[in-house]
Amino acid sequence: MKLQYTTAESAFRAEVRAWMEAHVPKHRLPSFDLTREGFEAHRAWERTLHAGRWGMVTWPEAFGGRGLDLVRWLIFEEEYYRAQAPVRVNQNGIFLLGPTMMEYGTAEQKARFLPPMAAGDEIWAQAWSEPGAGSDLAGVRSTARRDGGDYILNGHKIWSTRAVFADWAFGLFRQPGSERHKGMSLILFPLDAPGVRRRPIARLDGQLVFAEIFLEDVRVPAFNRLGEEGQGWHVCMSTAGFERGLMLRSPARYQVAATRLVELYRKHQHEVDTSVRNAVAKAWMDAEAYALSVYATAGRLMSGGKIGPESSTNKIFWSELDIHLHRTALQILGDRAELMPGAPDAGDVGDWLEDYVFALAGPIYAGSNEIQRNIIAERMLNLPR
Amino acid sequence: MLFAHSEEHRLITAAARELLEENCTVEQLRKMLSTGIIRDPARWAQIRDMGLTAMLVPEEQGGLGLDPVDFAGVAEAAGYVALPEPLIEQGGVAIPLLAGLDGGRCWLDRALAGEILAFSHPQQRFVADAGQADALILVAQEAIHIVQRDEVELIRQESFDPFRQLFRVEWTPRSGTMICRAEEARGLLAEAFERGALFTAAQSLGLAQRCVDMATGYARERVQFGKPIGSYQAVKHMLAGVQVQIEFARPVVYAAAAELAAGGLVARSRVSHARLVTSEAADLAARTALQVHGAMGYTWELDLHFFMKRALALGSAWGTLMLHRERVVERMLSAPIGPGALFASELELSA
Repeated sequence: MKLQYTTAESAFRAEVRAWMEAHVPKHRLPSFDLTREGFEAHRAWERTLHAGRWGMVTWPEAFGGRGLDLVRWLIFEEEYYRAQAPVRVNQNGIFLLGPTMMEYGTAEQKARFLPPMAAGDEIWAQAWSEPGAGSDLAGVRSTARRDGGDYILNGHKIWSTRAVFADWAFGLFRQPGSERHKGMSLILFPLDAPGVRRRPIARLDGQLVFAEIFLEDVRVPAFNRLGEEGQGWHVCMSTAGFERGLMLRSPARYQVAATRLVELYRKHQHEVDTSVRNAVAKAWMDAEAYALSVYATAGRLMSGGKIGPESSTNKIFWSELDIHLHRTALQILGDRAELMPGAPDAGDVGDWLEDYVFALAGPIYAGSNEIQRNIIAERMLNLPR
Repeated sequence: MLFAHSEEHRLITAAARELLEENCTVEQLRKMLSTGIIRDPARWAQIRDMGLTAMLVPEEQGGLGLDPVDFAGVAEAAGYVALPEPLIEQGGVAIPLLAGLDGGRCWLDRALAGEILAFSHPQQRFVADAGQADALILVAQEAIHIVQRDEVELIRQESFDPFRQLFRVEWTPRSGTMICRAEEARGLLAEAFERGALFTAAQSLGLAQRCVDMATGYARERVQFGKPIGSYQAVKHMLAGVQVQIEFARPVVYAAAAELAAGGLVARSRVSHARLVTSEAADLAARTALQVHGAMGYTWELDLHFFMKRALALGSAWGTLMLHRERVVERMLSAPIGPGALFASELELSA
């Protein structure tokens, strides 16, 4: 085991760094969850990335990628976060649906959906949860009724991230009359199709990070079904595996946040005690441990291994790390922690509070941490259901 | 960059694990305690026959020439069975030290043949295994001496872990026993400390997994309210939480092992990182396993205490957690951090 980058890998890092330095916007883009303008600014960034062929470096060249291995993906992500490049507005598409489509899509589906996904021309939202189907996703009631070469979709989806402004969504629908894990299909539908109505849901700070989607006799071609009819649960769980596994939360995100935390501590170290210093050290160590763990997973996959139920441990680890890290920052900020960045005496409060609010959602989304613990207990530790 | 174990590593670790799990069962541990003979010569011979004590010795000196990553796998397996024999202290710490001494060849050969050379490292208050040692490696004014056991006074310190044989050593240095002068000894002693801390971390990792495995085994069998207690989420979630800590401690241990040779601040800090997270994982695993076993876990009759006691003992061996936390903080505040600064090889190539 040699934990050393090859010359070629180091050269690749230099190439990414140079490109990022030349192209990353100098100012933080307006939020993609507040206005159409902010959303489109992020779409423009996706197009810039795609023009440089940096949209999705692990994808095959035919779909706009570079066909790179996972170590280079990690290097790319490290440089991406180091450069403080914008958050990927299309992450539901490129990190979740994309890999699933590589595995389950037909050649025609890949050719139709992957290139515009990589280019940012089609931005994706997910439509899994329903008012009555959250942690118990098999309780989905929305239906897809077959009508010749089409499906007719009806139902009510909720907590659809990015759905306020996105172009397309992928969701679980069941054959009328089917129950639980059987009879579900994963179906892709345009969010501007006749019969689709969206209602934004404001997060606790007012940002429109997700939406409800109401579907009333929405007609889509059967071509839009990913995987076999009735196999939606299986296909969907594979997407969830990617989500909890590697792609959604690259370690560089936390390494950069931890680095900023250490800088904040350094600036205020004479105002805080050793308990805060130890909390900073824990946040930094956990960010490093997460990175080492992802390098180890990448190494295992590159040596022919597979992602298994241990991917559920990832989601618990990064979501708890994220909260601990941001809580520690707020502790350092002291009585300014509650101030909004525009307050007259806000000083260096920056985005810590907003990022803390985002971190609070971590243990809830992408399968709550309680569901992850069930998966670990039942599939890794073989405890009875 | 490939953070993956070689096929050779997998084979060695699997063979060592099989040997230890077959020959160091809890029944055997109990038998040893009842007879008062707490070291098993037959098992020690098997361990040596497999070459486990010679793994870190270069081939030209009669060893296997393997690396710390391989030995960490063996240390994890030794922790899993709470091995009483001094495989880690000898094969992981003392024997590689002897291999690095210019005048140590005859002592190295004796140690490889199975004699115990108990090692009194200046950063350890007590010396393990001095009671059955043939000789002791002692340090005076930073110089290394090797002294016959009957030339020192040993004061036994009873440990909560009955398989730990700890002593305080009283002796008066004489020039005739010195085998390495201070100038050369400093580096060797510093390296020995890092190995001691790293392989302690690997053992703690094995202990943590053993506690979880015992608890899940019990939770599958024990029925209350008409169902196995392992089917209740209160029990599941506790154990899942421990497994998360174990999963994220393991890559830290193996990264520390892979970078041990770099030797600088960044590599040393990774060893400390490994000590901290494995200690926490082993402590949490032991306490969680106790809770899952309920009152049974609190008894002498149940086997859990063997592993709890070892986990507690190793928690402050080869540097306290305070010392290791200080080393991590020093690295965090004085060397580059962030993406691209994860590996010692990127920061300490010249070291």
